[in-house]
Amino acid sequence: MFHPLDQFIVKPLFGEGPIAWYTPTNVTLWMSIAVLCIFLLLVVGSRGRAIVPTRVQSVGELIYGFVYKMVEDVTGHEGVKYFPYIMTLFLFILFANFLGLLPMSFTTTSHIAVTAVLGFGVFFAVTILGFVLNGPAFLAMFWMKEAPLVLRPVIAIIEVISYFVRPVSHSIRLAGNIMAGHAVIKVFAGFAAITLISPVSILAITAIYGLEVLVAGIQAYVFTILTCVYLKDALHPHH
Amino acid sequence: MADEATLAEHGAETGAGMPQLDFSTFPNQIFWLLVTLVVIYFILSRIALPRIGAVLAERAGTITNDVAAAEEMKARAVAAEAAYEKALADARAEANRIIAETKAGIQGELDIELKKADAEIAARTAESEKAIAAIRDSAVENVLSVARDTAEALVTALGANVDAAAVATAVSARMKGDA
Repeated sequence: MFHPLDQFIVKPLFGEGPIAWYTPTNVTLWMSIAVLCIFLLLVVGSRGRAIVPTRVQSVGELIYGFVYKMVEDVTGHEGVKYFPYIMTLFLFILFANFLGLLPMSFTTTSHIAVTAVLGFGVFFAVTILGFVLNGPAFLAMFWMKEAPLVLRPVIAIIEVISYFVRPVSHSIRLAGNIMAGHAVIKVFAGFAAITLISPVSILAITAIYGLEVLVAGIQAYVFTILTCVYLKDALHPHH
Repeated sequence: MADEATLAEHGAETGAGMPQLDFSTFPNQIFWLLVTLVVIYFILSRIALPRIGAVLAERAGTITNDVAAAEEMKARAVAAEAAYEKALADARAEANRIIAETKAGIQGELDIELKKADAEIAARTAESEKAIAAIRDSAVENVLSVARDTAEALVTALGANVDAAAVATAVSARMKGDA
């Protein structure tokens, strides 16, 4: 028997022993596979630079247009220059999520270490950007001019707390969703060994796998659009 | 059983048993994540995004140009049709004008010819009438002389003296009465 959480263990690729920061692990392997896939889709796929695109090129263009439009719609015209960063985040999460759905693979985005770096990275980048662009006026974000004066300090406290909770929820949402789905699939896979309930279990695995495909895309989208929303706050703190 | 042993070992290592909370792997994951993100960022910002952006812009430009060209060709087609219609209308008007002119010309000539013919007919008629009148006069003269001669011969044959003048008067009176 196997443990449902075994799939998340970080292992060295070569040999045994302690894991140092530079050790090539299954994290390294699956992240590089994600990089390779992104390279194949966006660089090799578009090498023809065709006016009438090939299938792979049009998928790449679709993703480009999707993220570009999201950035432009949410953050406005000034946000477009941060498009490459947001595209990087989106593609990394999307490919990590989908590659994690391959049997026997390792899901890098199921680890809080990874998503916390992403979430806090976005948080610090956006906060620093907010202060650089707006100076102390960035703090006006917490001071609701529309609210009655009595309520403003209370609202300011709530706003500050919610601001600092953002990176936590941002990263735990992603890791939690991915981890839970994968763990549930493994739990049902454990039941599949019992003859009596194995048909039900296999049906459940299939259904949850379908759901997980959806979740993989949606979580990448949610992470990206929230990043855009936070970026919008840094660019326009006055609403 | 061996799996359980390793699991137990792991559980001991990680405490809660969740590999996600095994902090000894954090530096490794974070390091490789940062490497990955930097690599993806450079692939995207140096190669992929400018290329795809250029392709999309080029496509938009091509589509705009093609649409503009199509608009221009359509305008030209409309202009050509208008010119054709105008030429047709002009040609029709010209034809009508020529027809009217020709008709007028022919009518004029016809009138002149008719007049000439009428005049000729009138002249011939007058001439013929004159001739007929002459012939009739001469015929009447002849009849008169024949009647006179015949009357003289009759009178002579009956044995009376012939008074030429009286016979002539009588014959003339008779002719007039008959006429």
